[in-house]
Amino acid sequence: MNGVHDMGGMQCFGPVKPEPNEPVFHEKWEGRVLAMQRAMGFLGLWNIDQSRSSLEQLPPSVYLSVSYYQKWFLGLAHRVLAHGLLGEDEIAAGKSLRPGMKVPRKLTLDLVERVMNRGNFARPTNQAARFKPGDKVRTKNFQPVTHTRLPRYARDKVGTVEAVRGCHVFPDSVTTGGGENPQWLYTVVFDGQELWGEDSDPALKVSIEAFEPYLQPAA
Amino acid sequence: MDTHDHDHRHEHGSDLSDMQARVRALESILSEKGYIDPAALDRIVEAFETKIGPHNGARIVAKAWSDPAFKRRLLADGTEAVNAEGFVSRVGSHLVAVENTEQQHNMVVCTLCSCYPWEVLGLPPVWYKSAAYRSRAVIDPRGVLKEFGVTLPASTQIRVWDSTAETRFLVLPMRPKGTEGWSEERLAALVTRDSMVGTGLAKEPAEVAQ
Repeated sequence: MNGVHDMGGMQCFGPVKPEPNEPVFHEKWEGRVLAMQRAMGFLGLWNIDQSRSSLEQLPPSVYLSVSYYQKWFLGLAHRVLAHGLLGEDEIAAGKSLRPGMKVPRKLTLDLVERVMNRGNFARPTNQAARFKPGDKVRTKNFQPVTHTRLPRYARDKVGTVEAVRGCHVFPDSVTTGGGENPQWLYTVVFDGQELWGEDSDPALKVSIEAFEPYLQPAA
Repeated sequence: MDTHDHDHRHEHGSDLSDMQARVRALESILSEKGYIDPAALDRIVEAFETKIGPHNGARIVAKAWSDPAFKRRLLADGTEAVNAEGFVSRVGSHLVAVENTEQQHNMVVCTLCSCYPWEVLGLPPVWYKSAAYRSRAVIDPRGVLKEFGVTLPASTQIRVWDSTAETRFLVLPMRPKGTEGWSEERLAALVTRDSMVGTGLAKEPAEVAQ
């Protein structure tokens, strides 16, 4: 979706403001949201791409004005409601009004280590990779209304495959009911001038991680 | 700290003050329904506050500066090299280390969300998640670097890595001059978080207490 989350190349947000001695969490609730996100993710009812997709569906005015952990909170609340894990009436009441649904698994203390290790997104495949390092590729010009990881600034651009990263879960598919549908993943590097025009810094190169369906051979 | 809290609230505008209550309510509903265990949540928060942080990445960089064989392994397969050394409990898959040189400076961003190599660097700072950084890092990285007080020669190529999939990037900064013979522990004190994201450089020896 061509949403406000797809920010690469926008120039309207002012300077970056580094914060000296930044704490891990600015507010206590931020840590609880992070931990709830992990624990609820462990239930196995949605994956990380589906979490990202639901954040991208926040109204733009909300997306731009709330903090990172507020977004996570809103996204989590949206997902638990959408999955019927709890009801609006229970959020309004601030307490549980009915027994919980049966869930596939639950994160208990002894299993915490497992969510502290990031998952592996590589999947086996019988398909050979279509591209190899050094190949010239053109990214697709497409405008899906659903979740994608090909940013707008890198669509319909010619770049060079630099590395093959394995065959990975395909976010565009997993967020639209198509399952993991694993696809080869590549690092594709572009000259700054290909992305931003002739006035771009001549000593700039930008790479993206591109799934094979985003790419076609460039003449 | 008070001033900072004020700025933080102000910047995000909305109802941060009632977030504590809303989050507590959601946590208690999810717990009453049997979906989450608050003790497990405590353990996760504690890990992020005490164990996971940029000190892990700094040890990896210091070892790469000191041990050429480890550096080669790190650049060839970041996940394998880091897991084999047992630096952290276990780094998730798809960690890629990229080396800064006189010719090329690397900088990492996630324009679409806020992907970050948290196993080795901890949670991302607010600036990394900000619209300002996510938008401009790919189009004006030199301008962004200036905001971090870093100016590179115009001839140094800048390579920006947009983390658009599950690969995660760790920048291996250049080793400062005048550190010959230093132990890994001393070297690690020169390695800042920002230097491993590519928005900073490693500290000079004069910047740290001897």
